[in-house]
Amino acid sequence: MDRQLLSGDEAVALAALHTGIALGTGYPGTPSTEILETFDALGGRAQWAPNEKVALEVALGAAFANARALVTMKHVGLNVAADPLFTAAYTGVGGALVVVTADDPGMSSSQNEQDNRRYAIAAGLPMIEPSDSQEAYDFFVAAVEMSERWHIPVLFRMTTRVCHSKSIVAARAGGGASAPAPRPHFEHDINGRVMIPANARPAHRRLRAKLAEIGEWGETCPLNRVERSGGDGSIGIVASGISYMHAVEAAPDASFLKIGLVNPLPIEKVRTFAASVRRTFVVEEGDPVIADSLRAAGIAVDSKPEMYRFGELDVARVRRILAGDTSPEVASARGKPPELCPACPYHTVYATLQKHDCIVAGDIGCYSLGVLPPYKAMDTCVAMGASIGVGLGLRHVLPDEEARRVVSIIGDSTFVHSGISGLVEMAYNPPRTGHVVIVLDNGTTAMTGQQEHPGTGRRLDHGPTNQLSIEGLATAIGIPSVTVIDAYAEPEEFDRLLQQRLAATELSVIVARRPCILAAADIRKWEGQAAEFRARAAEQSAVCEPGEENR
Amino acid sequence: MSVTNVVVAGLGGQGVIKASDILADTALLAGLDVKKSEIHGMSQRGGSVTSDVRFGTAVLSPMVPRGEADYLLVLAESEVEVARPLLRAGGILLSPDLIPDADLTNKRSLNVALLGALSHYLDLSPELFLQAVREALPEKLHAVNERAFELGRKVAAGQGTIR
Repeated sequence: MDRQLLSGDEAVALAALHTGIALGTGYPGTPSTEILETFDALGGRAQWAPNEKVALEVALGAAFANARALVTMKHVGLNVAADPLFTAAYTGVGGALVVVTADDPGMSSSQNEQDNRRYAIAAGLPMIEPSDSQEAYDFFVAAVEMSERWHIPVLFRMTTRVCHSKSIVAARAGGGASAPAPRPHFEHDINGRVMIPANARPAHRRLRAKLAEIGEWGETCPLNRVERSGGDGSIGIVASGISYMHAVEAAPDASFLKIGLVNPLPIEKVRTFAASVRRTFVVEEGDPVIADSLRAAGIAVDSKPEMYRFGELDVARVRRILAGDTSPEVASARGKPPELCPACPYHTVYATLQKHDCIVAGDIGCYSLGVLPPYKAMDTCVAMGASIGVGLGLRHVLPDEEARRVVSIIGDSTFVHSGISGLVEMAYNPPRTGHVVIVLDNGTTAMTGQQEHPGTGRRLDHGPTNQLSIEGLATAIGIPSVTVIDAYAEPEEFDRLLQQRLAATELSVIVARRPCILAAADIRKWEGQAAEFRARAAEQSAVCEPGEENR
Repeated sequence: MSVTNVVVAGLGGQGVIKASDILADTALLAGLDVKKSEIHGMSQRGGSVTSDVRFGTAVLSPMVPRGEADYLLVLAESEVEVARPLLRAGGILLSPDLIPDADLTNKRSLNVALLGALSHYLDLSPELFLQAVREALPEKLHAVNERAFELGRKVAAGQGTIR
């Protein structure tokens, strides 16, 4: 048997390859990023989109064309993609569409710990949740099969510990899904895919009918299973995802109902299970989603005290939960916090913002670390792209002397992700005092591990493609003052420029451009490869020029 | 069901994750069940990093419960006290001062030297460790890391700790 030690992300990528996923797309976000990177490395077709909404729409189009498609994102990414998601539930798909949401309970690298199982309920979509890498592989295959069988997008929920933990995977001999991948082709289905109200009303009823059918299937499907232990049967635990692993270790004598299909829940299966044990306990990380649903169905269950809603679970916490222990927990030592790299090009930017006592509307990325000492030069950080809108709101209402100190700072990848609309808003509704947006352009999506984006001019695999010009876009939007500067190389010049722009009532965009110190060497290599590629292409096109045919 | 719990701790960029990868691969090569877990993301920026490796006949949770590590490898002196509560009573701490600085040809191979020290205590053959080291690192780094591994193994043996 072929045994491989894979992370959950890698296992999903392998399953995507084996199930014939024709296109994988997404936006980088811890802990989901490695899925598409691995899918590309394995030879799959993977690409980064500017943001999760676009990624989901591209994947949906592929699935409308009867292909199998995969889209990946972190939990907060699904907020961005929620608009198409909810209506894609109505339209359904021709091929397969698996939407991976990688949640981050405990917020190891996120701004909130929202529980995306709520999205499955809200959108009315089936959701599958694996517990380790083997299940990530097996359940992904099942997700593709479900999506094709019911013509419905399937949500695939992972969490940090499933995404990033490595465990042993045996891939299926001969690959994944039972049916070979269909050949993409288009069939008109205007009533099914054009969601004007007249079509959407019956579509909503169709969705609910599909869910009812899936719910019935879920009562006996292999994704949900009962495990009887040698114990006395006094306690039965209902668990899914990583919580299941912790719970089996914490309570080896308990019986288990292991749930792999978390929406719709196998209510009757749980009812039967609960009747077979003296006490039923739900062990789940995050929100009490399963416990609330079971109680609503009239099944008496015990669940964790509120204090365990916060943060990740582990074996020790599950032991406490089962023992009803609500005494204060020992806080883990914090250790050394992360910081801006010593040679990060953003040091001078933050030093200058601090020097001028700016009010800084910040954004998401490693530059968020500018909030930490010594700079403490960030006053807000909420969501991807929010720096611009929040900065404008501050400018609109603050007294002029305070408003003039407001600056928005946003990274290059974040700007492309969702800062562009903010810039349009700035040109459309300019504050009385003007505004200053600094785009921190280090030529990469640094925080998540140096991924490409449209502004780098390179694809996911680092090969060349069209390059978005941030300064060109700002000018086209109608920003009168657009300046590109290397603030790291010219700190005094940057200081002068910032003071001048803060004093002006004009709208300004300053692009502080210098490659991320971690990515600089790779960027040089890829740029060299791109130059060679262009030179070869030019040579080849020269060969075809008229008059050259006699060579 | 016996599971061995190892935690590797250090700072981002020190090779914590590489060390835990090599250890997990060694357990895989030995035919054991193995899981490993760590947090990526923010920890890449020079902050504290820990990585958990668990192996044995059957491993469930990928995380070593706090205070239940049998072995704790620490790559940065500053992290020793931070990580110590992860170790169980009677567990073995392998800290960076175990490896004499002067004997380490390349300071970046401290992670592999500590794996060498760890190997002294485990029922995993040093040959499997070295195979995993070679598979995890580019060829030009093989010799220096093999030496680091042997150094760590020798130092641990010289400590006279008997399992």
